[in-house]
Amino acid sequence: MKRVDIRNLSITFGTGPAAARVLPDVSFSVEAGECFGLVGESGSGKSTVLRCISMLTDIWSGKVTIGGTNVRDLAPLARSREIQMVFQDPYGSLHPRQSVRTVLSEPLKIHKLGDREARMSKAITDVGLPLSFLDRFPHQLSGGQRQRVAIARALILEPTVLLLDEPTSALDVSVQAEILNLLQKLREDRGFTYVMVSHDLAVVDHMCARFAVMQHGEVTEILPREAISGNGATHPYARELIAASLAYERAL
Amino acid sequence: MSATSILDVRNLSVRYNGTTCDAVKDVSFTLGRERLGIVGESGSGKSTIGRALLKLLPTAKVIADKMRFEELDLLSLSERQMLDVRGKRMSMILQDPKFSLNPIQRVGHQVAEAYRRHFRCTKAEAREKALAMLDAVKINDPMRVYDLYPHEISGGMGQRFMIAMMLLADPDLVIADEPTSALDVTVRLQVLDILDGLVRERGIGLIMISHDLNLVRNFCDRVLIMYSGHMVESLAARELDNARHPYTRGLLAAQPRIGGSRKPLAVLDRKDDWINAVEPTA
Repeated sequence: MKRVDIRNLSITFGTGPAAARVLPDVSFSVEAGECFGLVGESGSGKSTVLRCISMLTDIWSGKVTIGGTNVRDLAPLARSREIQMVFQDPYGSLHPRQSVRTVLSEPLKIHKLGDREARMSKAITDVGLPLSFLDRFPHQLSGGQRQRVAIARALILEPTVLLLDEPTSALDVSVQAEILNLLQKLREDRGFTYVMVSHDLAVVDHMCARFAVMQHGEVTEILPREAISGNGATHPYARELIAASLAYERAL
Repeated sequence: MSATSILDVRNLSVRYNGTTCDAVKDVSFTLGRERLGIVGESGSGKSTIGRALLKLLPTAKVIADKMRFEELDLLSLSERQMLDVRGKRMSMILQDPKFSLNPIQRVGHQVAEAYRRHFRCTKAEAREKALAMLDAVKINDPMRVYDLYPHEISGGMGQRFMIAMMLLADPDLVIADEPTSALDVTVRLQVLDILDGLVRERGIGLIMISHDLNLVRNFCDRVLIMYSGHMVESLAARELDNARHPYTRGLLAAQPRIGGSRKPLAVLDRKDDWINAVEPTA
């Protein structure tokens, strides 16, 4: 279990008076073993924060530490054993011409890990798929099964922090329930730290202990989960977002 | 209801070319001047129904005992006759404005074109009509936005353009296929309110195709539940919590709720006999 700290994360394009700050000063910290939510409208920078933490984008300034180590000091190989990411759309994030076996064995090859078969079968059973699925291609899987493969790929290097970028927004409610249950169970069993982006406050309420509301790249407010049902937010945008979600869900 | 019904479908079945089973099987429903929701998982055939009604499935085999839209028998209409029905009397709002608007044409022109296609008028008149409609869907400063390209407008605005385009010819029936699933929660409510207001005001029949139970519960009068091509239950939207079909109940239980317990969510335990419908409630 490792703690994630983000201090003054910012992205600026250009210099001088014409400089555009697309991500002004994001700071928050995630306790070890916590599930932390990031919510906000599209374009508010939620996914960008995840891409910065995972160094998929490296033009940022500020400081991101995982368990006390600065992510910039981690070599790529060590970093990918700390942090893994699950992307939004399982239709886009799996290579259409690679079998599940290829997808799962590639990280093991890169990291020169032994016992490949055993590791792959553990990862695939951990996400609740039968072993025979190792020889399937993405087009032979349903959306929920693909997302499970994407989660298995993230798990295979045994990271400590999982970044979840809208892991269920492309899925049906029934399949969403399966994936959310799986993520909960994995966190309980293995003590992962999750940072989860979502636009659905009901999902955030179900999964996360605390969440940050983002707007125009800024964290407007960090709230505990309990603030949702009573709308305990103070920032006007956060209030509006929570009120809209409540109106959407209630209204009977 | 039958006296005012604008759509009457009996035993509609659709089979796509080259497949061995029906994508939609024996679906029957009628629609008055009301808002009907069709809910189901992806692949349950809900969008296929919408497309079959507009006859947008040229390669699929569409069979029905009856498919009546107002005085027209949709089954016997030729493609040429359909051109006067589509867009003018029956129109469809698609899911994602990013893919449904022409990227290299100004958005306002696309709305005006929808009007000019069906009514004989000058370009200036069509422009006036389009501007008035944009105002009705609550676009601020329509004059300025009229000349923008699709990439210059936001998703919520794009979806309002789609609504404007589809309602401009004053249709009697609008089929909205997941009209808001590409939008944020805050914007989603605004767009739904606008659509809802216009539909009520003009007495348009609305079919709302969605996978979102909350949405149909709030914005529809009646709900049809689809499961693998079969219509398994039909009930009033406010009765949704009293649904009797195990699939509907499963869907409701799988939905995380704000303030709910954080126990693992219920997962569907699919049964083969789910394709059998329960008796409709009165």
